[in-house]
Amino acid sequence: MGAIGEYFQNIKETVSTIFEGMAVTASHFMRKPYTVQYPDRIAVRVQDTLPYRYRGILNVDLEICTGCLACERACPIDCIVIACEKDQKTKVLTISQFDIDIIKCMYCGLCSEPCPTGAIHHTSEFEGADFSTESMIRRFVTDPIDAYKPKKGPETDERIAPILNRGMRYINEFATPGQAWAGGAVVNGAPPADGEEEADAQE
Amino acid sequence: MQELINSLVSSKSFGGMPATIVGAIVIIVLSAVVFLGVAFPFAGIVSWVERRVWARIQSRVGPNRVGPNGFLQWLADGVKHVCKEDVIPADSDPHLFKMAPYLVVLAFVLPWAVMPFSSALILADMNVGILYMTSVTAITVVGVLMAGWASNDKWSLIGGIRSAAQIVSYEIPAGLSIFPVVLMTGTLSMQSIIKAQGWAPQHWFLFANPFTFVAANILYVSALAEGNRTPFDLPEAESELVAGFATEYSGMRYLFFFMAEWGNLFIIGAIITTLFLGGWQFPRVTNNAVVMNVLQLITFNVKVLFLVFLSMWIRGTLPRVRIDQLMSLCWKYFVPISFVNMLGTAVWVAIWPDGNSVAGYIMFAVGLVVAFIFVQRVIYYVRRSRMELYFRPTI
Repeated sequence: MGAIGEYFQNIKETVSTIFEGMAVTASHFMRKPYTVQYPDRIAVRVQDTLPYRYRGILNVDLEICTGCLACERACPIDCIVIACEKDQKTKVLTISQFDIDIIKCMYCGLCSEPCPTGAIHHTSEFEGADFSTESMIRRFVTDPIDAYKPKKGPETDERIAPILNRGMRYINEFATPGQAWAGGAVVNGAPPADGEEEADAQE
Repeated sequence: MQELINSLVSSKSFGGMPATIVGAIVIIVLSAVVFLGVAFPFAGIVSWVERRVWARIQSRVGPNRVGPNGFLQWLADGVKHVCKEDVIPADSDPHLFKMAPYLVVLAFVLPWAVMPFSSALILADMNVGILYMTSVTAITVVGVLMAGWASNDKWSLIGGIRSAAQIVSYEIPAGLSIFPVVLMTGTLSMQSIIKAQGWAPQHWFLFANPFTFVAANILYVSALAEGNRTPFDLPEAESELVAGFATEYSGMRYLFFFMAEWGNLFIIGAIITTLFLGGWQFPRVTNNAVVMNVLQLITFNVKVLFLVFLSMWIRGTLPRVRIDQLMSLCWKYFVPISFVNMLGTAVWVAIWPDGNSVAGYIMFAVGLVVAFIFVQRVIYYVRRSRMELYFRPTI
């Protein structure tokens, strides 16, 4: 009896499970496809839907760049090239070159962490394709300009203040160790900063 | 047909050639037109429809860029394959390698000769129609085995051997499932089988008695297995055998295999429709023969296309079975059940030689209940996933 019962049980299970499976897929016929038809058949540009901390192509706000070379030193693959000259008489720092080779760039974000003003930052732009490698080197300085000098109090220049605010917000939300998790909130009670200090101590 | 040939012979345009040669030319030209104009475009369009149907099952979009909603995708794929290099491996058997795709396509085009599109629209109403149909579709196994052997490649060989085992095995339940219908009608002719049924569902052989209902399902699944369709696509199992028997093929020859596979869907649907779903039967609404034939043609094609859609739906639902499960399903389940069907129908015909109309109504009612339960399950799954309903077939 056991073998015969199993035989009919197999038939029953085959028929009923196929029946259920067909019902599941039939319900999918009424489901809207999830596909994002990048790049042309979308309601909003993909760049606008990305989160604030997305690591896209680097950009530099030269208005608030202090010329400290921290990003150039931080870059592990030397894709940032900065040239600064200090006038010995007037003590003014002049930036004459600020190039980022976005072919070499690996979007690690190490350059934007030490930046004191948030001048160098990732954008949500990711469409960088072009026909020549030369055009992939982003040259931010065309004419030599003076570096930004941080003030003691809040920024007074109306032109620079919003850019600096954006930079500081970027530092707070992106580049500050310990606050980079879940938008600045500490997750599960353990401050991530401790873990990083331990890692530093081991090194 | 005969009048056309006679008129061509009597006209001067063929320069007094004998009637047999003129007839041969006419038949070759006509069949070329039918196959190039109907069968092959059908296979191509089915490939596009199938990709769209799977895509919707998987919440994707599918090809929708070439032409309106991607309708011309099949043409683009066909042109691409024709333009590709026809690679013949150095260690292969070149003659068999070249011949194999043509045999597979031959098995696809031959059944069209007895395809009963309407009461008048049939190329040859042979008195062994359904036997001819099952015989010529079995030529596929020769082509596939030939492809697997001639490629001189282990993947191709395993695919070819698997295909041979599968097709030969499933011929048996398929043949035995045709038997109940033959018992009830006493004929093998396609048109006579259709004429023995009515236009209403309770007069179809699907609902004639419980045995024919089971036989119809077994025949459909066996036909899917013979056509190498998922869940029985072991001969070309991509994840384990690269592309099975078609591994070494490229370009036009590769295309031939898949054209035959998609085109076979129509033949599978036509066999089921003819035997169990009343074929072209349509209520006699007018005495105009042309109008009636057009209505019958539409009826037949709607039924066949529904079965084609069903096979796509199954392909999008079920995973591939293992080779032992495939053989177990055939030999341990389908073959014994087919024998029971055969005997049961024989007893049924002995008791009610002219059929039992009450059983037809009861079976049809049971079928409606099953369909109702199915719709209920679909509604349950729609509600459970709380999804956004989207009924447009296109995106």
